[in-house]
Amino acid sequence: MAIELPKGTLITQLDSLVSWCRKNSLWPMPFATACCGIELMATGASTHDLARFGAEVFRFSPRQCDLMIVAGRVVMKMMPVLQRVWLQMHEPKWCIAMGACASTGGVFDTYSVVQGIDRFIPVDVYVPGCPPRPEQLLQAIIDLQEKIQREGTTWCREFSLPERQKLPRALREEV
Amino acid sequence: MEPVLPLFLLVLCGVGLGLVLLVLGQIVNPRRSSRVKRMPYESGVDPFHDARRHVDVRFYLLAIAFLVFDVELLFLYPWAVASGPAPAHVPAAAVVASSTVETDSAPSKVADPSPTTTGARNVAPGIDAAVAAGTVESRHFVFGGTMVFVGLLALGLVYDWRKGVFQWR
Repeated sequence: MAIELPKGTLITQLDSLVSWCRKNSLWPMPFATACCGIELMATGASTHDLARFGAEVFRFSPRQCDLMIVAGRVVMKMMPVLQRVWLQMHEPKWCIAMGACASTGGVFDTYSVVQGIDRFIPVDVYVPGCPPRPEQLLQAIIDLQEKIQREGTTWCREFSLPERQKLPRALREEV
Repeated sequence: MEPVLPLFLLVLCGVGLGLVLLVLGQIVNPRRSSRVKRMPYESGVDPFHDARRHVDVRFYLLAIAFLVFDVELLFLYPWAVASGPAPAHVPAAAVVASSTVETDSAPSKVADPSPTTTGARNVAPGIDAAVAAGTVESRHFVFGGTMVFVGLLALGLVYDWRKGVFQWR
């Protein structure tokens, strides 16, 4: 850069600064339907301490959250609820499918269980395990933080990209 | 002026930070609204009636009756504590506070303005001590005041009963 800066000055991009703020203050929306929810609670508790990653503020209203953690199997009857909660969250928002059931349906290979929530809502990180240990969820959050830092934009352009809009979902995010 | 300066700086920083964050939020946030986002949040299901509903007036009567006796209990506890001998392990300040409440509340029920709460602060705890210090005339006086208070509320209970507040019809 041609400009002479004093020593010790940091320069960055606005996108990267905003993403840095966002990734370190994720507010999870717990959508815990099964035993994975117990591990989710353990992750938030003192031993594993989700607060180390700035993601300890669980909120039960989608208006205040930007990270949906779907922990457990989701049945077809529950799907409209999950979808509506997801749609009511404000951008930027991310989703972690925690456990085998949320990711793929798991052992519940049956007509009533959704065979992976990514058939209906976009998922950023999948966590394997039945249920996954808290360390795995922590790893997922670290991975998600990297993803946010890598592709996050200030005005959330990445959420209106054509490829993301083409993701399969039953309910379009109409404006 | 000098001791006020840190306070002024604190207020300035607090208000300034709040304003800056509000403005930043206005600038940096994406604003995307949709029909689903504007819906009321009912844990993801359809809201099936208006949030403002009529509540039966009988709940109101019961709530008032409950409140009266709740407050009565609130006043009786300090009286009961101050009536006994002051326990040794309780810090003096706490017991003085309770005896202050006592000397304040019970005699005021018989409309006697003479006991002063300020006098009770610098004496030992309990009614006995208050009597010894001269802030309260006697134990019987305090007991009588409390009984008048309880009696008035009992009269209210009888009235409620006669009016049929406790009958759910």
